[in-house]
Amino acid sequence: MFLPGISTYSSQVDNLFLLIFFVMGFWFLLGQGVILYFLFKFRKKEGVGSLYITGEKKEEKKWIKWPHLVLLVCDIVMVVFSCLVWYNIKQKMPPAESTVRVISQQWAWTFVHPGTDGQLDTDDDIATVDELHIMVNTLYHYKLTSRDVVHSFSVPVFRLKQDAVPGREIRGWFEATQTGTYDIQCAEICGIGHGLMAAKIVIETEDEHQQWIASHTPVTPVRIGSNN
Amino acid sequence: MSESHSAHYNEGLIKKYLFSTDHKIIGMQYLFTGIFMGLTGAFMVYVFRMQLAFPGIHVPGFGLVSQAAYNALVTNHGAIMIFWFAMPVLIAAFGNFLIPLMIGCDDMVFPRINRLSYQIFFLSVIVLFASFLVPGGGFGGAWTAYPPLSAKAEYNLTPMGAPLWLIAVALEFVAFLLGGINFITTLMNARAKGMKMYDVPMVIWMIVIASLLFMASVGPLIAGAIMLLFDQFIGTSFYDAAKGGDPMLWQHLFWFFGHPEVYVVLLPPLGMAVEVITTFSRKKLFGYKTFLHSVYITGILSFVVWAHHQFVAGIDPRMANLFAITTLIISVPIAEICFLVMATLYGGSISFTTPMLFALGFIIEFIIGGVTGIFLGASGTDIFFHDTYFVVAHFHYTFVPIAVIGFFIGIYYWFPKMFGRMMDERLGKIHFWGTIIPFNLIFIPLFFLGMYGEHRRIYNYQHFPELNTPGLYFLRELATVSTVVMLAFQTVFFYNFVRSLWKGKKAERNPWKANTLEWVAPSPPPHGNFEKMPEVYRGPYEYGVPGRSTDFWPQNEPN
Amino acid sequence: MSSCTIPIANTRSVTGIRTAKLATWWIIGSEIVIFGGLLVSYLLLRLHNLDWAHDAAHTNTWAGAFNTFVLLTSSYFVVLAHQAAEERNGAQAYRYLWYTIGGGLVFMLVKAYEYGTKIHHGITLSSGVFWSFYYTATGLHGCHVLAGMIIMAFVAHAAKKGENLHRVECIGIYWHFVDVVWIFLFPLLYIAK
Repeated sequence: MFLPGISTYSSQVDNLFLLIFFVMGFWFLLGQGVILYFLFKFRKKEGVGSLYITGEKKEEKKWIKWPHLVLLVCDIVMVVFSCLVWYNIKQKMPPAESTVRVISQQWAWTFVHPGTDGQLDTDDDIATVDELHIMVNTLYHYKLTSRDVVHSFSVPVFRLKQDAVPGREIRGWFEATQTGTYDIQCAEICGIGHGLMAAKIVIETEDEHQQWIASHTPVTPVRIGSNN
Repeated sequence: MSESHSAHYNEGLIKKYLFSTDHKIIGMQYLFTGIFMGLTGAFMVYVFRMQLAFPGIHVPGFGLVSQAAYNALVTNHGAIMIFWFAMPVLIAAFGNFLIPLMIGCDDMVFPRINRLSYQIFFLSVIVLFASFLVPGGGFGGAWTAYPPLSAKAEYNLTPMGAPLWLIAVALEFVAFLLGGINFITTLMNARAKGMKMYDVPMVIWMIVIASLLFMASVGPLIAGAIMLLFDQFIGTSFYDAAKGGDPMLWQHLFWFFGHPEVYVVLLPPLGMAVEVITTFSRKKLFGYKTFLHSVYITGILSFVVWAHHQFVAGIDPRMANLFAITTLIISVPIAEICFLVMATLYGGSISFTTPMLFALGFIIEFIIGGVTGIFLGASGTDIFFHDTYFVVAHFHYTFVPIAVIGFFIGIYYWFPKMFGRMMDERLGKIHFWGTIIPFNLIFIPLFFLGMYGEHRRIYNYQHFPELNTPGLYFLRELATVSTVVMLAFQTVFFYNFVRSLWKGKKAERNPWKANTLEWVAPSPPPHGNFEKMPEVYRGPYEYGVPGRSTDFWPQNEPN
Repeated sequence: MSSCTIPIANTRSVTGIRTAKLATWWIIGSEIVIFGGLLVSYLLLRLHNLDWAHDAAHTNTWAGAFNTFVLLTSSYFVVLAHQAAEERNGAQAYRYLWYTIGGGLVFMLVKAYEYGTKIHHGITLSSGVFWSFYYTATGLHGCHVLAGMIIMAFVAHAAKKGENLHRVECIGIYWHFVDVVWIFLFPLLYIAK
C-alpha cells in the first residue's frame, strides 16, 4: 500500500496484501508466460499440422489436475490468513479505553467525544463537525450510526472502513500509533454531496488532547445522544 | 412435417426490418441498439473521466459537470454498460443470431415471443433516456441503487429520475427473461438431428447457461424492485429502518442477483473465445466435458458468494468468513477454465487473425481481472479496498474484456456470416492494438490510485488532502488520456465495419474453415437459414484429426 | 400463425416434451424465484419483527380459507379440462375451463371484498411493513390469477373449435402453480398470527 499505515492493525492488512500479491503474482506470471510461450511455439508453420488431443485421457488430464490442486492449496493459505486478519479487526473487540460516537448524515460527519469525565453520553460531551480528535496509543471503540442514507466511515491510514446503516448502531475499534492529521472519507455514495463528505482525524498526544478537551468543553452543556 | 422449405419468406421492408420474427433480424436489432447504447455509455465515461482529471473543466461536447450530473453519469455508465450493452449484445444479439444457426434449425421456437422481447427491451431504452430528461435529472445513486438513497426523493433529489431508471431496469429484466426462456427451450428441443448434448458448440452452451443463471438470480431482485418502486411511489417502508423495514434487505437481493450476473455476461464471450481459439489454432477443445462441468460448478457457486460485496456493509462479521471461503473457492473452477483454454493452445497451428487476437486478448486481460479479484474476495484486504478505485480497476479488467473485447471477438469472427462480406484484416489489427494498449493504460493507474486510498464516485478530490496531490492527478490524467485514445481508436472499427458492409471481399460459406453448423448455411443466411436442414455426426471441435486430408471435419459431414 | 409460418424449430421435440409445455415449465421456474424472493424477504423481516403478529391478527382467515378451497376446486376443474383435451373433446375442455375461470372469478371477488373492508378500516399498502407485504404478495398473486383467467378464456375459445388443444395442459400447469403460490401465501399471511 502506498499510504502510511498508522493503526495497530494496518500492518496486518498490508502484510495480507503482500501475501496475496506474491501468491497471485506467481500464478499470474506463470499463466501469462505459458500462454505467450504456447503462442510463440505453436504459431502456424508451413507443413506442420496441429495435434489431436481430446483432453479426456488420464495422462492429459494430469496437466490440469496438478496445477489445480496446487492452486487449491494456495487458496486455502490465503483464506486462512484473510480470515485471521478479519477476525482481528472486525470480530474481536478488545476492551475500550475510550469511546467516540460517529454520526453520519447527508453530507457531514458529527463526532461526539467524551469530555473531561471520559464518559460518553454525559453532559460534558464535545460534539464536532467533520473533525475527530483522538489520542495516540489509545484503544477507541466507535459507535457508528446514520441519520438518513447509507454512508461509510473510512479512515484509509488506519485501513478501517465500515458502512453506517440507518436504524443500526455498528460498533468497531481502532488504535492509532502515530500523531498527525489525516483524511476521513465517506466511502459509500450518499447523494449529490458525496464528494463533499470529507472529514479530518486529528491524532494527538495525551497532553494535546486534554488541552483540546479543556478548550472545547461547552459552556452550556449540550446533549447529543444516540439518534433515531 | 418434412423439414424442407416450402414457405414463402417474402415480406415488406418495414415488416422485414422492424417487426420481423426472424431470429437474425432480431439479433441485428439487439446488436445495433446495443452498439448505440455502448456508445452512449462510452460518451458518459469520457465526460466524467475528463472531470476527474481536470476538475471543473468545460468538457467539450458536454459542458460543466455538476455534482448531480457526475453522479448520474457514473450511475448510468455502469447500468448501461451492463444492462444495455453487455447483455443485449453478448446474450441477445449473438444468442439470437447464433443459436438457431449453430444447432441447425431455421428459427427460435417462439419467434413472436422473441420479437416481443426486443420490443420490451426497446421500450426500456426509451424509458431510460426519458429518465435523463425529466425534472431533477437522471438517477445518481449508483447502479447498485442502495436504499434509502434510492427510495426517497428527499435523499436522492431525483423524484422522477429514480423511479424511471428503476422501471427501465425492470423492463430490461422482463425482456431478457422472455428471451432466455426462448433460448433454453430452443436448445433443448430444436437441435438438429443427431446433435447430442456434447455436440453442442460451447458458445451455445454458454449463452444458454447464462440465460439459466439470469433466470434463477433475477427473480428476487424483481421482487425487490417492486418493493423499491412502492417505497418510491406509494410510501411503503420495505427499506425504511425507522418503520420496521430494512435497508440491508435490498443489498442482499441486489447482490444475490449481482454476482451471478457477472457470470451471466462472462459466459457468452468465453464461449465465443473458445470457438475462435479452437478454429484458429486448429485444435480440439481440451476437455470439453471438464470445461462444461467447471462452468456448471462456477454457476452454482456464484449463488453463494454474494455477500463478499457487503463485507463492511454492516452484516454480521462472522458471515464474512463464510463468504470469503466460498469466494476463494470459486477461483478454482474459473482457474480450471483458464487452464483448459491454455491447454487447447498446446500443439496447435495458431494463426493470428483479428478475431483470434481479440480472443487471446480476452483471456490474457481477464486473468488480470481474476487475480486482482482475490484481494477483494479476501475479507481482510477488502476492508481497505472496498469502494476504492482498486475495485473499479479490478472489475473493469473483467467487464471490459467481457463486454468490449467479447463484442469484438464475436463481430470479427461472425461478420462474414452476418453480412456476407469479410472485414479488413489490417484495419482490424490496428484496431486491436489501439484498443488493448490504451485499455491497460487506463486501468493500471486506477489500481495504484486504489492503493493510495482513492474512493469511488467522488466528482472532485479537492476536499481530500491525501488525494489532492500532483502525483495522483498525473495518474488520473494518464487514465483519462488513455480513455480518449481508446475511444478514438474505435473509429477505426466503425470505418472498417461500414466499409466492409459494402466494399468488403465477398465471403464464402466457410471462410475460416470451421466445423460448426452456421458455416454450412449461405453467407448471409436467408430467412429459414439452410437450404436443407443439416444433420450432425460429430462434436464441434474435430480439428487436426489424424488421417484426414483436411484439418477440419464439419459437424454435418457424413462419415 | 398469421404473421409468420410456424418455424421448423417449433415442431421439433428433441427432449420428447412438447416445446410449449417445456416453456411453461421455464416460465414457472422464473416465477418461482420472483415469489420466492418476495416470501423470503417477508420471512426474514418477520423473524426480526415479531410484533407484526398484531397486524397479522387482522387478516380475515375465513376469507383466506374459503379462497384456498375455491382455488383448489378450480384446479380440479382444470385437471378435468386437461383430461377432456387429451380425449380431444374440445367442447368438454371448453366447459371445464370456464368452470375454472369461474373459480378464479370467485377468488378475485372474495379478494376484492377483503381489500375493500381493509381499506375501509384504513389499512392500506403503507400502513406498516406487514401490510405492505400483505398487499404486495396477494396483489402480485392476484395479477397472476387474473392473467391466468384471461389466457384461459383464449385457450378455451380455441379449444371449443378443437384448435391448439395441447395448450389446455399448459394453462393447467400454470393454474396449478398459481394455486401452489397461494398455498404458501395463505399460512404465511393469514394463519401465522
